[in-house]
Amino acid sequence: MSESFVPNLLGRSDYAIISEIIEPNARVLDLGCGEGELLAWLAENKRVDARGVEIEGSKVRQAISRGVSVFHSDIEDALADLPDQAFDYVILSQTLQESRAPLKVLREMLRVGRRVIVAFPNFGHWTVRLAHLFTGRAPKTRLFPHDWFDSPNIHFFTVDDFESLVQLQHWTIEKRIFLQGARQVKVLPNLFAEVAVFLVRSS
Amino acid sequence: MITETKTVQFDSITLDCGATLAPVDVAFETYGELNGARNNAVLVLHAFTGDAHAAGTDKSTGAIGWWDSMIGPGKAFDTDKYFVISSNILGGCRGTSGPGSINPETGCPYAMSFPPVTIPDMVRLQKMLVEHLGIERLLAVAGGSMGAMQALQWALAYPGAVAASIPIAGTARHSPQQIAFNEVGRQAIMADLDWNEGDYYGKRPPARGLAVARMVGHITYMSDASMREKFGRRLRDQDQFEVESYLRYRGSQFVDRFDANSYLYITKAMDYFDLTAGRPSLRAAFDGVKSRFLVISFSSDWLYPSYQSLDIVRALRGRNCDVAYCDLPSTYGHDAFLIHVSEQTELVRGFLASTFRERASREPVSEQS
Repeated sequence: MSESFVPNLLGRSDYAIISEIIEPNARVLDLGCGEGELLAWLAENKRVDARGVEIEGSKVRQAISRGVSVFHSDIEDALADLPDQAFDYVILSQTLQESRAPLKVLREMLRVGRRVIVAFPNFGHWTVRLAHLFTGRAPKTRLFPHDWFDSPNIHFFTVDDFESLVQLQHWTIEKRIFLQGARQVKVLPNLFAEVAVFLVRSS
Repeated sequence: MITETKTVQFDSITLDCGATLAPVDVAFETYGELNGARNNAVLVLHAFTGDAHAAGTDKSTGAIGWWDSMIGPGKAFDTDKYFVISSNILGGCRGTSGPGSINPETGCPYAMSFPPVTIPDMVRLQKMLVEHLGIERLLAVAGGSMGAMQALQWALAYPGAVAASIPIAGTARHSPQQIAFNEVGRQAIMADLDWNEGDYYGKRPPARGLAVARMVGHITYMSDASMREKFGRRLRDQDQFEVESYLRYRGSQFVDRFDANSYLYITKAMDYFDLTAGRPSLRAAFDGVKSRFLVISFSSDWLYPSYQSLDIVRALRGRNCDVAYCDLPSTYGHDAFLIHVSEQTELVRGFLASTFRERASREPVSEQS
């Protein structure tokens, strides 16, 4: 298994990867942007036109106080307002598994953005498989630390699941990066990747 | 911070109704210093019955400004960084020309012969004041309630002259419910015999009608929860509820500082304000807008409900405008915009700072005065 270390940005490897994908002065929309750390970083360091969407009021306040333009809303409503191809990149980090209608969200992202960056925890990781196999219960791992009854995650999918959805929809994957902690995974990502980051465009 | 209201007179202003008002006075105050690049000016816009005295302690009366909690050194509108301007609206009664002003043609107060004014008229006069102060482009315009209407109008009417707009607890147009409450206020004034078709200057003013109008207004500014908390069913004297005594006090106090005819003119201006008028949609209204926006609403505001702010935000997002929006949790009803200081300070401070940073870096001003 060949591996290489990924630098971290603001304590997260997926942020480092996302920040490398996005070129300077791009128009960026971050869905579920939290307190706007990534957007603020991109605005300052890459001079991007940064916008966010966040449902939690206290995080919205934090993000706006950082100077990031955030819309207090859930993701699906927020996308519906926007005109086609308004952004160069639409980011959805660690949230697809929490959305009620993932396909609808992805389609909307591809409508408002030229490219879409999706990062998600891989339900196919070997620790998840083992946890399920040996305990016979809903898996609880480092990646999926919640009890089944209070988990925000409502859709469980793997790297291969996502790839096959992209194929089915005739979208194009421009880039795929797989992470195990701070290391990049190059072999058998469906088994070894904890987090997957995909850069996708339509057609 | 000791402050003093100043007045400037302009030769004339042409109004939306076609009439020309000449001359026209504007009462205003300023706080902080205009920088050399003249790019740190913020215009704050008062609500319905406010005035130019937004911050500090008035030199002669000792009164504290209506937005003193938000304007001053180290506050949301930080006067160590920004040059803050506040003026009384056209049609008002606190120093700017209104129905109580003397008509130079007759030597008597205009009363009901004062031309009808609109929110765009008010903003046009503010633009004249801002230019008079030597400012081509404002860093921001900000206001709550009717001030929010003006903040929106500024961004529409003068897209090149305002970098950011902060409408708080506002709307792009009054709902029938808002018009209805205003009409009750107007009818209370006009039903008072002392109103005398508006001709009461130098005589007894329609104090009872105006007080009732204000009482209705105060009910709409609070919420069921805030009234229960503030008054409960407590009795003040033998047979008077605390809430009754509060409303009467507020009503009688208002009569001393506000002109009944201004009440009529300004509520009409609010009711007629409609950004969608003559346009297919609110989104179309924002066609040429260039400002950034920070829109704030309050969860318990039933006079200017959050959905009205959200309509504005959605229309702006539909135009791909740069807009930040936060619905703040509150139990104080419409009054919340004057009460929730710390949350708004957090939002406004960050928003203004990033606007200023962006502007300073993207549009270096070559000319230093």
